[in-house]
Amino acid sequence: MKSLSMKLLPWAGYLIAMLGLPLIFNSVLAISILNQMAIAIVFALSYNMLLGQGGMLSFGHAVYFGLGGFLAVHALIMIEFETVYFSIIYIPLVGGVFGLLAALFIGSFSTRKAGTVFAMISLGVGELIAASSLIFVSFFGGEAGVSGDRTYGPPLFGIEFFQNIEIYYLAAAWVFIATLFMYLFTQTPAGRMANAVRDNPERAEFIGYSARWVRFISFAAAGFFAGVAGGLFALNYEFITEENLNAATSGRVLLMAYIGGLGYFIGPIIGAVVLTLMNSLLSNYSELWMLYLGILFVLTVMFLPRGFAGFIMMHQVAWAQGKLKHLLLPYLVTGIPALLFTSLCIIMIELSHHEEGAMHVLGITLEQSSSLSWILLAFATAAAFYATRRTLPQLRSAWDTANHIGDPASTKEEDTTAKGAKQS
Amino acid sequence: MSILSLQGVCKNFGATKIIRNVDLDIIEGEKHAIIGPNGAGKSTLFHLISGRYQVSAGTIRFKGEDIHNRPPYEINRLGLARSFQVTNIFPRLNVFENMRCALLWSRGYGYSFWQLLGRQHSLNEEAMHMLEQIGLLDRAKIPAGELAYAQQRALELGIAVAGGADLIMLDEPVAGMSHSEAENAVELIRRITEGKTLIMVEHDMNIVFDVADRITVLVYGEVIATDTPEKIRANRNVQEAYLGEVAESA
Ligand SMILES: Nc1ncnc2c1ncn2[C@@H]1O[C@H](COP(=O)(O)OP(=O)(O)OP(=O)(O)O)[C@@H](O)[C@H]1O
Ligand SMILES: [Mg+2]
Repeated sequence: MKSLSMKLLPWAGYLIAMLGLPLIFNSVLAISILNQMAIAIVFALSYNMLLGQGGMLSFGHAVYFGLGGFLAVHALIMIEFETVYFSIIYIPLVGGVFGLLAALFIGSFSTRKAGTVFAMISLGVGELIAASSLIFVSFFGGEAGVSGDRTYGPPLFGIEFFQNIEIYYLAAAWVFIATLFMYLFTQTPAGRMANAVRDNPERAEFIGYSARWVRFISFAAAGFFAGVAGGLFALNYEFITEENLNAATSGRVLLMAYIGGLGYFIGPIIGAVVLTLMNSLLSNYSELWMLYLGILFVLTVMFLPRGFAGFIMMHQVAWAQGKLKHLLLPYLVTGIPALLFTSLCIIMIELSHHEEGAMHVLGITLEQSSSLSWILLAFATAAAFYATRRTLPQLRSAWDTANHIGDPASTKEEDTTAKGAKQS
Repeated sequence: MSILSLQGVCKNFGATKIIRNVDLDIIEGEKHAIIGPNGAGKSTLFHLISGRYQVSAGTIRFKGEDIHNRPPYEINRLGLARSFQVTNIFPRLNVFENMRCALLWSRGYGYSFWQLLGRQHSLNEEAMHMLEQIGLLDRAKIPAGELAYAQQRALELGIAVAGGADLIMLDEPVAGMSHSEAENAVELIRRITEGKTLIMVEHDMNIVFDVADRITVLVYGEVIATDTPEKIRANRNVQEAYLGEVAESA
């Protein structure tokens, strides 16, 4: 059993990071990115209640995010017109309750089976809701969506939420609470049985549990927290459109959870942070960022089936033995040509896409129409690839040494690809 | 008094009749072995009783309640637990979690999402105690899917017996275990099923004659005899149909 302080340490770090980050990154852009991260973290964690914890592959999780968000915006409007009177700090709860209601209804039939049936129903329901959002204009506001204003309602200690930083701290509080409750859920009988049903729904039924009920409970909880995330979105942007509940949004949350690592509670948090950063920063530099995101996803699925979190956790054995430092040099030796290779690939992709037909990289001018440029690039790329390949065996043997202890259990960590294949 | 009673139970897969008109009464508290050649339908019979398969005809009553064609979890909640011939565990959960999950329903936790498992000290102790009994205490933190085969069999058995059901059904519990492991497992089965009813499918005749109060012989989906070990041993039909075969092949 871990001691209490060891358990509380990550939570303290989480809290400090959330409170401290806007002090370090305090530009308007940074705060807006932090707000997006906050929303994405709750959304991705809620998604992992389905896929990672419960074994339910959903292509329509944005439905609960979006419906929660829409109701949250309507609640803002009602506060503005004084139909209701409560502080906007409770808006995420409004979103959560509506997400929960929607999940209770849809989950009542969709959780009957996991696997393909569940995935197909989630896709169908997602399409259906996205389509009706353009039909029921009075609630969904058509293509323009609906918008509200968060500055009405009773102020909280004089704060009226004009500024993004104020919303950030409100969101951070909600994110912390939501993360905590989602974590605690994994430690309850219902949460643990969700893992059991994910692993083996049949056996679960022979120890007294209806696999369907177990899935239904996780599904409802996931709907609730997705709705909370939708409510946070509503607070942050003060508007919401059909885009926030369609398949693209559902796909993005799947990517976040997957890239971060489905098997770890922290995985989706990492995924949410990384993808939000990529989304906001990369999109400033390149129109092709979606392509890079796609490539990242494919590479993750192929080489890091347990995601970034899994990659970090792979180092536990070496860390516990104090051998992590032996990996540093081999990582650099392989990492540098690998990075070079990646950069060169990106340059080639960008060059072929570039409108002006020329690019300047490190003082060298590369021209789209010049075959010399392409030959040079191809040559350099091949060289970088070769160098990466050549250094790989060294890295592998360093890895083996770093992970070597008398116990055969340690070598299992190495073969993550095989293990991941087994899991899926 | 019979705790479980089957009447005219049939199971067809398509046109093939796998279980033919089986009548069987299991007396409360007895240790009952089901034997028969490969493919006789022993596992199928287990699946019918435990709710994995639906019967094609006939009735099954457990503690006086009709249970045929009810879902496995309802049958389990009435106090019937089983193990599987093909290991059927929760591979990504660790060994301890497997055992704790097996205890949850019978200890009244249901679908609770408001109790933290870490705080349920008596539940956790009970799970550890079960692990100790099946000899997996030192493997508690390992994902069940990474256990060695014999250890998975031990866990399979542990999951079945953990909840303390009144009727425990074990489908070839010691198959694939080494001699000493099998001995331990039989000892465990004996201890855990004390005062309870046991139905066991087993090919090892030494174990069968050692453990069972009564034996049912199933051949081609039909019960050809149900009797005490001595009488089964002496039964000519059984010898021809099954025991002779075993003696020859052994
Ligand atoms: N789902 C199924 N569909 C079709 N046929 C089946 C099915 N399950 C079992 N059978 C067939 O039913 C027969 C009995 O199988 P069963 O597994 O019950 O035998 P068994 O007595 O347990 O044998 P063993 O001693 O090898 O475990 C076999 O011929 C098998 O092929
Ligand atoms: Mg069998």
